[in-house]
Amino acid sequence: MKNFEFLFTAWMVVWAVFFAYELSIARRITQTREEIERLKQQLQQR
Amino acid sequence: MKARFTITALVALLILCAGYAALFIAPDEATMHAIQRIFYFHVASWNAMFCAFFVAFYASVAYLVTGKRKWDALGVSGVEVGVLCCTIGLITGPLWARPVWGIWWTWDAKLTSTFILWLLFIAYLLLRGLVEDPEKKASLSAVFAIFASLDIPLVYLANRLWRTQHPQPVIAGGQGSGLDPTMSKVLLLCLLAVFCVMILVLIDRYRLELLRHDCAELKFEIESRGLDASEGAATPALQKGGQ
Repeated sequence: MKNFEFLFTAWMVVWAVFFAYELSIARRITQTREEIERLKQQLQQR
Repeated sequence: MKARFTITALVALLILCAGYAALFIAPDEATMHAIQRIFYFHVASWNAMFCAFFVAFYASVAYLVTGKRKWDALGVSGVEVGVLCCTIGLITGPLWARPVWGIWWTWDAKLTSTFILWLLFIAYLLLRGLVEDPEKKASLSAVFAIFASLDIPLVYLANRLWRTQHPQPVIAGGQGSGLDPTMSKVLLLCLLAVFCVMILVLIDRYRLELLRHDCAELKFEIESRGLDASEGAATPALQKGGQ
């Protein structure tokens, strides 16, 4: 297939970008939840 | 949680079907042949971008009218996801242009207005990082998002209003435009797949922003009691593995 490398790269870019972004959101959600838990504990202790 | 897993699995299946249809079922275009298949994901990413930026525009107007923080959260989520889709379009476009036009990029009206749109919303995200006061940040962001959205109709209409290197629209492009019926069905499937992914990502980004608001409120409460909100927080070095 002619120009297959361009087609393959474009197809990969679409899903790789979405996947990487979703992973980054999941990581940020986990970090923020941990932070909220820590702050709640701090409030309860005082 | 189970519902979310089922939806994600269905969307993953949709992505696989769309990919298969775009690569193997859609017929070859007469002049560009196989490389034209980029079209199915290129157009779908622009469609998702328009939807995400419309969400951001609507949320920004709603924030200025109501002043509710949830609209600010939806606004920034729409902008971030819109920028993501715009970035995909700006990468897949040149990958299509290089073998067809012989160049990666040209400063025609369509491409330039799109690049400006991308820069405007990148500026929006940078602006949010510069303003500390939450109310001021939300108001300024909403006004900036509405201002930046003025470029969206220009992006959409650029190849209808002016002669551009970018092809004329094949859908709703007037006389002589149109797609082969099989191509239309494959395009619809790809539009749906990318749209569903955009919605899933947007929902997650919105959840993150709401959590950040909760976190900011807790910090404010702790600080208003005269305590140190950073007490007990892991240092950046510890978060990266304790080195």
